[in-house]
Amino acid sequence: MNPLRALGAASLGFLAATGRLTTFALVGIQHCVRPPIYPRLIGRQMIDIGYYSLPVVAMTTLFAGMVLALQSYTGFSRFAAEGAIPSVVVLSITRELSPVLAGLMIAGRIGAAMAAELGTMRVTEQIDALETLSTNPMKYLIAPRLIAGVTMLPLLVLIGDILGVFGGYLVSVYKLGFNEQVYLINSWNFVEAQDIVSGLVKAAVFGFLVALMGCYHGFHSRGGAQGVGAATTNAVVSASILILIANYLITELFFAT
Amino acid sequence: MTDSKTPKIRLKDVHKSFGPKQILRGFSLDVMPQESVVIIGGSGTGKSVMLKCILGLLSPEQGEIEIDGQPTVHLSNADREEVNAKIGMLFQNAALFDSLPVWENVAFGLIQGKRMKRKLAHDIAIEKLAQVGLGADVGKMSPADLSGGMRKRVGLARAIAGDPDIIFFDEPTTGLDPIMGHVIDNLIVKCVKEVGATAISITHDMPSARRIADRMAMLYQGKVIWHGPVGQIDNSGNDYVDQFIHGSADGPIQMELLKL
Repeated sequence: MNPLRALGAASLGFLAATGRLTTFALVGIQHCVRPPIYPRLIGRQMIDIGYYSLPVVAMTTLFAGMVLALQSYTGFSRFAAEGAIPSVVVLSITRELSPVLAGLMIAGRIGAAMAAELGTMRVTEQIDALETLSTNPMKYLIAPRLIAGVTMLPLLVLIGDILGVFGGYLVSVYKLGFNEQVYLINSWNFVEAQDIVSGLVKAAVFGFLVALMGCYHGFHSRGGAQGVGAATTNAVVSASILILIANYLITELFFAT
Repeated sequence: MTDSKTPKIRLKDVHKSFGPKQILRGFSLDVMPQESVVIIGGSGTGKSVMLKCILGLLSPEQGEIEIDGQPTVHLSNADREEVNAKIGMLFQNAALFDSLPVWENVAFGLIQGKRMKRKLAHDIAIEKLAQVGLGADVGKMSPADLSGGMRKRVGLARAIAGDPDIIFFDEPTTGLDPIMGHVIDNLIVKCVKEVGATAISITHDMPSARRIADRMAMLYQGKVIWHGPVGQIDNSGNDYVDQFIHGSADGPIQMELLKL
């Protein structure tokens, strides 16, 4: 095949896929704000995304904070700059690690589950059945997941922030011999509202992306078990990549001067 | 409101393809009120595609589809929901919602589509389950705990829950043993008569087709090649129909396949 033709076909395919995804996202958002709303379904999704993901996010951020303190000490002690560890831990956790790690963990746990559930519903004609029962699947299936993703991930990240900083505190005080009051005061003095807010904004965006990719790939799943498997993989991979891209863009937006 | 001479469902020159593959190539059929039409035809001839076009799940590229004289191909979502409220559908594998108990599956269209109170919808669901021979205890079960025959019955109860004007049956006896298939056929005939509905069924199970049809149509290569009262199918004078109803390996259908 002519390389130029192949490049053109790939570009057109990419643009078409981007267009389909954007349309899907816009229709999904429209159904989030236009009645009827399904509080029962939103609540169920919130429990799935928020409550059941709490242990995973808690463990991830706690150990991330602990490792961060340990690694920072290894590097900073060479320059007698151990005093900067509390600020490094609190800023790294709130701005970057907690939202990104939580987002990636949720992409693996929830994005995959959404794609598998919706994909199975698609190939077993349950989504067709919804339409024949005068129920819009975008409103009944997609909108509750998007709302739950956007609202629950910031809550998880807020808890992750606290646990991540606590992990750093544990290692610094009980292993590295820091004074606990000095550690806490340093942490508190260095953190600003913008650091936490930027992390929460990232979390909301990541929650939306995870839910969107899970829903999009599951909803358009084709071809039986193999298609559902492919949809699940695509949902996790695309959500993870989009989280990393969006992380850079939001960081640029908040902190580039 | 339509008179008895207006077809309940009319398909006129409907074309539908997926990429280069043409599935429906000028499908035309009229179904009169309270008539039970069975569409027969081999696998992959477009029977399910035709049903999905009527339901608005697929859009034909060409042709017209009317329900009660109203064109339905280009309806808005709101109008489509209104039309679909008149239709009940039994899917091939029942398509029950795994996350809901059986009674809520049956009552789904009443609660979500017709905004009925849950208590009232529950009572109607139990009544419809009884109509298809299932007890109230089944209503509390999960669809995953049901046998194939029970799933079909629940699907049938869901299809008739809203007392629809039109009911579609997609391969209603596929995957069932002959006795359970017969039971389902009898239930279909009974339910359609009780509701006073117009029915379109698609199947390649000839004994089942003979039991539930007033009229039959044979679909071949995306077109209706024969239609007539069920009693005339054995004397259709059409080689394709004869081969199909006798399940013979020899005949024009096989010969055309070999030419491909």
